[in-house]
Amino acid sequence: MTALLEIEKLEVTFGRTAAVRGASLAVAPGETHCLVGESGCGKSVTALSVMNLLVRNARRRAERLAFQGEDLLKLSDSGMARLRGNAMAMIFQEPMTSLNPAYTVGSQMTEVLRRHKRASQRAATDRAADLLARVGITAPGMRLGQFPHQLSGGLRQRVMIAMALMCDPQLLIADEPTTALDVTVQAQILRLLAGLQRDLGLGLLLITHDLGIVARVATRVSVMYAGEVVESAPTAELFANPRHPYTQGLLRCVPVPGKIRRDQPLGAIPGTVPRVGPDFEGCAFRERCDFADETCKHAIPRHHASTAHDFLCRLPA
Amino acid sequence: MIAIEVRNARKTFKAGKRTVVAVDDVSLSVPEGGVMGIVGESGCGKSTLARLVLGLLPADSGDIAIDGQRLADLDRKARARLIQPVFQDPFASLNPLARVRDIVAMPLVAQGRFGKADITKTVQEMLARVGLGKEMGGRLPSELSGGQRQRVAIARALVLRPRIVVCDEPTSALDVSVQAQILNLLAELRRDLGLTYLFISHNLAVVEHVASEVAVMYLGRLVEREPTETLFAAPEHPYTKALLASVLTPEPGLGVPDVGLGDTLPDPANIPPGCRFHPRCPIAEPRCATTTPPLKPRPNGGVECLLA
Repeated sequence: MTALLEIEKLEVTFGRTAAVRGASLAVAPGETHCLVGESGCGKSVTALSVMNLLVRNARRRAERLAFQGEDLLKLSDSGMARLRGNAMAMIFQEPMTSLNPAYTVGSQMTEVLRRHKRASQRAATDRAADLLARVGITAPGMRLGQFPHQLSGGLRQRVMIAMALMCDPQLLIADEPTTALDVTVQAQILRLLAGLQRDLGLGLLLITHDLGIVARVATRVSVMYAGEVVESAPTAELFANPRHPYTQGLLRCVPVPGKIRRDQPLGAIPGTVPRVGPDFEGCAFRERCDFADETCKHAIPRHHASTAHDFLCRLPA
Repeated sequence: MIAIEVRNARKTFKAGKRTVVAVDDVSLSVPEGGVMGIVGESGCGKSTLARLVLGLLPADSGDIAIDGQRLADLDRKARARLIQPVFQDPFASLNPLARVRDIVAMPLVAQGRFGKADITKTVQEMLARVGLGKEMGGRLPSELSGGQRQRVAIARALVLRPRIVVCDEPTSALDVSVQAQILNLLAELRRDLGLTYLFISHNLAVVEHVASEVAVMYLGRLVEREPTETLFAAPEHPYTKALLASVLTPEPGLGVPDVGLGDTLPDPANIPPGCRFHPRCPIAEPRCATTTPPLKPRPNGGVECLLA
């Protein structure tokens, strides 16, 4: 199957800081690809690069950045505006800051459809009510007339999801969509996303730092560290056979009920994520890695553990 | 020896014409050296309970004692020597204009009875104890990572050598690798210094790892309380079950569970009659809407559910 979204060797720099350093990944239709890593590893910047929503002083380069075969690097601003919110849509972490507090839910939701599809207000309102019901909001008619501050966090995030679906996107990018929510609401929202994705055949690029979410919803996982995809594999394989020392470390850090005794320390990765420049050479994880040696200061080969599983480490497959 | 004793504590807030009952007749006790985990959704009153225990808010009614002394009988300085907080967001809880060493020294300075040399030495020791190098003393909070900031907050909390620490979501703003470092540090400090923790978190996996006992809060009430092993192995309250079901462990192939709580979120200003959980409860019966469930005692805890 051809990929919906293809990213090859993406690089994003802000002045002398390299936020993304040669990251590659692809999202197929109907697939949930999780991008996982700690704050500052470049996950959100990768997503914003796809949407061309980076701040002005950012520089974006890539060997290939394509959506449904169309080269996004060559696309004009108006060409991008035609896609954004239409064939590809994005959901952000904090629904309160990404919804406009001065407009009702209804007017924000219908705007997308009126703009992209030239729908009538009437048709757009019907569609909005329809989608609100679909994301599990009761009394959608009433909600359309409400302002974001009148909704709970979970409801706001549902509104964001419904809004993203207004124009039947093929690709949905969700950046930490449940991080601000309670665990109970998180489970509901993730179930909802998984169901919609299955029913509509969406490609979903889900950004999260939560390995529990990754394990439960992803078809494929890419682990990012300091701007690089250090490991990528089908979900079951990544959890059963993590090859990169960073992935292994991350998995040891997560407390799992019933797995680790209380008087035993959790596995921790000492130190913090380094900030690296565009000219950085070698493995960015080497300062925190138990297996690092001199060779880690030089270019690192990408190994294949299986056809669909690769990782970036000097240690052989 | 009981480190924290809360008896029938109640706290309400007025919001316009509405009265929000944040903590509703809560009783609990934490033995010295224990870790009491408090879990529940946002708005359930867990942070208000923390503030009551810290003496930062007065209770409307009820009694709170720490280390055997009634909170009401202690002045601020005496209280500060017994109990200290660590909050969720170390960015908000540290003065952005103060150097790390001055932030950590503040509780000592405020006591007004320690000499300068004494303070410098104690602060230095405390910073080393939480894993911060000497050079960190001169830094500003903005120059530190999230994990380092939380270490500063912990150093400040412990510099007076209190007996009890109230941790309110201490790792919720941190990445998993840093969260693990901080949880390990808290565990080590508790062992070495013989501390008692009141540990508030919405992350049940974290609570399971650190707490010896867990209390589940729902709309201001403790609806279930058990030793950690019992609560996780055999939860009785349907709300506890739902919370446990929502924990997404990193086990591929299990999918996202159906928590079965529905969409109606609780409103603390409008508490339902009978069992306050009944509108969301997957197994509620008609009597749950009218009868307030009494506390059913268990060997080491209790549960408030008519059907338990």
